[in-house]
Amino acid sequence: MSTIARNPSADTAPDRYVDRKRYLWMLSVVWPAAPLIGLYLVSMTGLGVFYAFTLVVWYAVIPALDVLFGHDPNNPPEAAVARLEADRYYRILTYLTVPVHYASLIVSAWWVVTQPMAWWEVVALALSLGIVNGLALNTGHELGHKKEAFDRWMAKIVLAVVGYGHFFIEHNKGHHRDVATPEDPATSRMGESIYKFSLREIPGAFKRAWNLEKVRLERVNKGIWSLDNEIIPPLLITVVLYTSLLLAFGPDPKLLVFLPIQIAFGWWQLTSANYIEHYGLLREKMADGRYERAQPRHSWNSNHIASNLILFHLQRHSDHHAHPTRSYQSLRDFKDLPELPSGYPGMFFMAMIPPVFRSVMDRRVVEWAGGDLGKIQIDGARRKQIERKFSSASRQPARASAE
Amino acid sequence: MARYQCPDCSYVYDEVRGEAHEGFPPNTLWAQIPEDWACPDCAVRDKPDFISLDSDEVGEKVGPRSSLGAKQ
Repeated sequence: MSTIARNPSADTAPDRYVDRKRYLWMLSVVWPAAPLIGLYLVSMTGLGVFYAFTLVVWYAVIPALDVLFGHDPNNPPEAAVARLEADRYYRILTYLTVPVHYASLIVSAWWVVTQPMAWWEVVALALSLGIVNGLALNTGHELGHKKEAFDRWMAKIVLAVVGYGHFFIEHNKGHHRDVATPEDPATSRMGESIYKFSLREIPGAFKRAWNLEKVRLERVNKGIWSLDNEIIPPLLITVVLYTSLLLAFGPDPKLLVFLPIQIAFGWWQLTSANYIEHYGLLREKMADGRYERAQPRHSWNSNHIASNLILFHLQRHSDHHAHPTRSYQSLRDFKDLPELPSGYPGMFFMAMIPPVFRSVMDRRVVEWAGGDLGKIQIDGARRKQIERKFSSASRQPARASAE
Repeated sequence: MARYQCPDCSYVYDEVRGEAHEGFPPNTLWAQIPEDWACPDCAVRDKPDFISLDSDEVGEKVGPRSSLGAKQ
């Protein structure tokens, strides 16, 4: 593990706080073009391995950089937040990523139909594009939380690239409300593999978004099948975008394989994020039947600087849940939060190998709960096995937890 | 007519203006709003969490504040 330099800036007076990451945030704009960098390298070298450039950078190079650069010592004091929020520069960077996502998709699709490619190369490029589609969801996430109508429209436009326009409804009004409860399809349970989780999360998210809009539209006296349903306009953008690609480039068999894979793998990135962000965590039920308010201890965090710089600080997740409308540049790190051993890219890779992920995370969840298995969300199918493994070590007797 | 503010993100519900997008036309009273209605901006505070405002106190009583202790 890397050395942990903790927040020397917390004592700095707000007017003297200097954001040393200010210009490094431009990496977040460049990164969605990574598949195009891969295509450039293919054209320069003639080597097909560069179709997998983005995949390798995401799953191997960035986790290595997280080890190398370690934790982020920069942390704005609370008093500097208002000034950072008012600085338009940061917001403009998020807008700039939107056309980059469109460019990556359109150029990659053009490449697939015009350049000679082996089938494995088509798949490698589709997976590479899928990685940055996950970043489109991340940009949509950042913009979808903002109060201004323009930002929310930009969120819809960028989410449409990956066909996930319902996300900002589902996430803001659904996930943030239900996080770390059994009601949340976007919170994973201890012992649940990412594969099992995805089958609950992907349909569950759409259903929740649809129901939330249904309730709102009933109050507005509008039909669910109308443009007032906020899920419909981004869906139409998706349909127009992909129809245009097929019309422009023709129904090439390679394109018909390429497009679904890059979408599905984009969704998989979101599933990966949801899977690791609250794994096993559970809010307690109060006497009145409501859950305690979501606390900072109900999110896993990573303060690794390298991965945070291409993820708009998403990994400072507790502060995000505490203040959902707060912009990325103002998100802060706090002591004693549940912490992941690596940034998201490394954790995403680990999640795909369930025994490895569980060997790393299960003991952290038990530690988080102070050994009380009753305070953890556990997958029903794995409960007995988990109780056998951890009950003897626990300080308190295990009791059944909410399902 | 009264106003109510979200204690997390400072969103203000104004009975005079209502909130058309949420289905509350102008002059919808606070009492008519469902108890489980969440703040339309941050969604992490519900109606019972909102703070009543006098008309000249907007933004002074509450603002986004962290309940966390910053790392030292």
